Amino acid sequence: MGDAATAPDTRLLDTFSKLLRHHAEHRGDRIAMREKDLGIWQSWTWAEVAGQVRDLACGLAALGLKRGDRLAVIGDNRPRLYWSICAAQALGAVPVPLYQDAAAEEMAFVLEHAEARIAIAEDQEQVDKLLQIKPDNKALEQIVFDDPRGLRNYRHAFLHDYESILAKGRDYAAANPGFYDAEVARTKGADVSTMLYTSGTTGRPKGVMLSYDNVLITARNALQREGLTADEDTLAYLPMAWVGDHIFSYGQALVSGFTVNCPESSATVLTDLRELGPTYFFAPPRIYESILTTVMIRMEDAGWLKRRMFHYFMDIARRCGTRILDGKPVSLADRLLYRVGALLVYQPLKNTLGFSRIRLAYTAGEAIGPDLFDFYRAIGVNVKQLYGMTEASVFVTIQPDGEVRADTVGTPAPEVEIKIEPSGEVLFRGPGVFQEYYKNPEATAEAKTAEGWVHTGDAGFFDADGHLRIIDRAKDVGKLADGSMFAPKYLENKLKFFPFIKEAVAFGDGRAHVGAFINIDLEAVGNWAERRNLPYGGYADLASREEVYDLIQENVEQVNRDLAGDSHLSGSQIRRFLVLYKELDADDGELTRTRKVRRNFVAERYGTLIEALYSDATTVPVETEIRFEDGRTGTFRAELRIRDVKTYPPAAPAAQAAA
Amino acid sequence: MHAARQIGGPLLQVENISLSFGGVRALANISFEIREHEVLAIIGPNGAGKSSMLNVINGFYHPQEGRITYKGKTRARMRPHQAAAQGIARTFQNIALFKGMSTLDNIMTGRLLKMRQPFFMQALYLGPAKREELEHRAFCERIIDFLEIQAIRKTPVGRLPYGLQKRVELARALAAEPELLLLDEPMAGMNVEEKEDMCRFVLDVNEHFGTTIALIEHDMGVVMDISDRVVVLDYGRKLADGTPDEVRADQAVIDAYLGVSHEETASAAAE
Repeated sequence: MGDAATAPDTRLLDTFSKLLRHHAEHRGDRIAMREKDLGIWQSWTWAEVAGQVRDLACGLAALGLKRGDRLAVIGDNRPRLYWSICAAQALGAVPVPLYQDAAAEEMAFVLEHAEARIAIAEDQEQVDKLLQIKPDNKALEQIVFDDPRGLRNYRHAFLHDYESILAKGRDYAAANPGFYDAEVARTKGADVSTMLYTSGTTGRPKGVMLSYDNVLITARNALQREGLTADEDTLAYLPMAWVGDHIFSYGQALVSGFTVNCPESSATVLTDLRELGPTYFFAPPRIYESILTTVMIRMEDAGWLKRRMFHYFMDIARRCGTRILDGKPVSLADRLLYRVGALLVYQPLKNTLGFSRIRLAYTAGEAIGPDLFDFYRAIGVNVKQLYGMTEASVFVTIQPDGEVRADTVGTPAPEVEIKIEPSGEVLFRGPGVFQEYYKNPEATAEAKTAEGWVHTGDAGFFDADGHLRIIDRAKDVGKLADGSMFAPKYLENKLKFFPFIKEAVAFGDGRAHVGAFINIDLEAVGNWAERRNLPYGGYADLASREEVYDLIQENVEQVNRDLAGDSHLSGSQIRRFLVLYKELDADDGELTRTRKVRRNFVAERYGTLIEALYSDATTVPVETEIRFEDGRTGTFRAELRIRDVKTYPPAAPAAQAAA
Repeated sequence: MHAARQIGGPLLQVENISLSFGGVRALANISFEIREHEVLAIIGPNGAGKSSMLNVINGFYHPQEGRITYKGKTRARMRPHQAAAQGIARTFQNIALFKGMSTLDNIMTGRLLKMRQPFFMQALYLGPAKREELEHRAFCERIIDFLEIQAIRKTPVGRLPYGLQKRVELARALAAEPELLLLDEPMAGMNVEEKEDMCRFVLDVNEHFGTTIALIEHDMGVVMDISDRVVVLDYGRKLADGTPDEVRADQAVIDAYLGVSHEETASAAAE
């Protein structure tokens, strides 16, 4: 590759503003960014971007932004907002991207805490929030907006159009020649490059301070390990405040010089994805799932021939597709059939999804179902899992090519060390480890040891192949009465991967064995019941059916069979389960707003059911008050069945050793 | 908020308009004016003659009496296409889009009057026609961006939910670059969020393009919030005309439109 010669050395070019100048000088006519606007992909070369960033930086300097100040950046993924980050950094100021969908009150906390003096906002929506916040915020002085729409009658002296700042910047640069270059030269790798606020599911958001070295070295290491080049195209559509976007769409793009593409709007992401066909892509599991669901629905609506063809070749892909992708031996016949399948099904399918050029796709954030994972890998999309966090500048572990499995998160990223505490908690140390939480030394001391080890709060272990497996939050992991490990979330995820099970809650800490509550998926089970001509009247009725219990029992036993083969978790096979008479609901406080089970609340509320799970009873009477949507209340009485499930002896250690 | 927007002199004056269908008197001796750059709401109970009034303004109905002065030119009769050519665009109470066509194509039809190239040039997509089409497409894209309907650009309109169809209809009306935009119940059948969006778009259009807007609306909250002036009709008569506050305080309006006084009159009579 011709680019190898011009690939920047991050040891010399140790900040993003220096890297930007390097790209502008060495490959100024290559495309740095695209944005779909007015129905057309508009593009900017590295030289143009460098010019924009310089003008903006000078404009911000004219506006009063100084070394060490914080600049808040709020909005969807827009080229100008990425340039704002770089412009702030060029001046030695620290950009603080904020979650654009946060309400004004949430934003107020972060702005107050970060003491941002200037904010760059995308549009009227964000400006309105800032105007609401500003009277109570002592630090915020100036607001710059990108999209003037709806703002032409806002007459605040502290409100500036982005264009006017650029103009100001050009004047400032003319009046102070050499200013910008001198500022860039003063930046160095050990400086704080950015502050990213963790979303803060527990307590207040914390400002994670990352240095240039953190971000640059981590980004470079991951690029090298994955063999990514300056020819990649990536789609920037996840929140800019999230560390993943900061690395994938900003850090890595500036290190390697590949092209970042911004979608037209958040509603058009999937269309833009298809048009663009990125080579490097990140998505959380739910996005892969929603893409797959649309495919499956459209496939069911397709003609008989297409449907037959699709299912025939998908069977072949499932049999050998992942093996071919992993470079493992596959019989000649299968290889030929896969070729035909690629021509008739896989390639056209990938093309419709926008995945035909993908060289590397990551997923992370939550457990991904094996069927979902294998679907993409089977049709030749190299989806891999990684494990990361803001405090690590993303990369803790990455799955190496050819060693990709749904239930592990891979091996340590380059220069990253991992150790497992006796409690099961995963700790890591490496070049990406954050400097500190801003203005929060207690939290910093809690999360990071003096030797630089960071507590992840996740429990996990290394399997026989040296791959890390994350099983649960460390605080939720318990022990059964016989001392074997019990990781409720791991069991629940395994159960939830079955389409008929919507939600599950596993119990077992300090108990003799594991019991589980199940919520069936009304749509999936309802469909199944209709196909079998099984009449039912609503969720409670369907959930209490003997046939449904049989169906769920098969799923639970499958989970037990899987667990039996697992040396760490074979003890936590599920002994008894029941299907709840109502769906767990955020309105009743049983789930969080992000649909996570509130375990303790559920345990308290359904205490009698848990007692029944751990008795010999085969039914338990329930009587409960239910609240209708119109506010009236009524009483629900029923006998709830409890099922015993088969468990399996753990796989013999000898057999495992042989495997 | 409206401080910067200069409300000018009368853009359109309606004088002594009367319209009858057979024996039914739809409009009786109505006079009012629409001023440049303002948002004017026409309100009234069902059957008050609001839609008839819009139909008279854009030349769909021809009043038996009265005259209309638009941009200083008085005319007795005007055909809808003449109204369109002179810068009057409208949307309809019952959406009137081409259901099978995409959002973009529907909006492009709004540019039809602006297209100069002869039909055969367009059909062959030859030089000047191609350039012209590109210009029109670029204009439509700005409207798509303005109304935030990028995600449905290629979707057939028939597949869209009602609220979005209303927005597409507004987009098509805007494509004609109107000076006067007539909106017939732009928010009917919408949920609160869709209404809020639509209000914002109406105000943005008014502010951004300086378009004069006359709209019919039932939602009083909406009317009082977004309009500069309100005309109240009842049974074909004009009851009142003024700023939202004036209209709200007008006894004739309270009596007839809000209907609260019927009980009072009844109880007063009983005493």
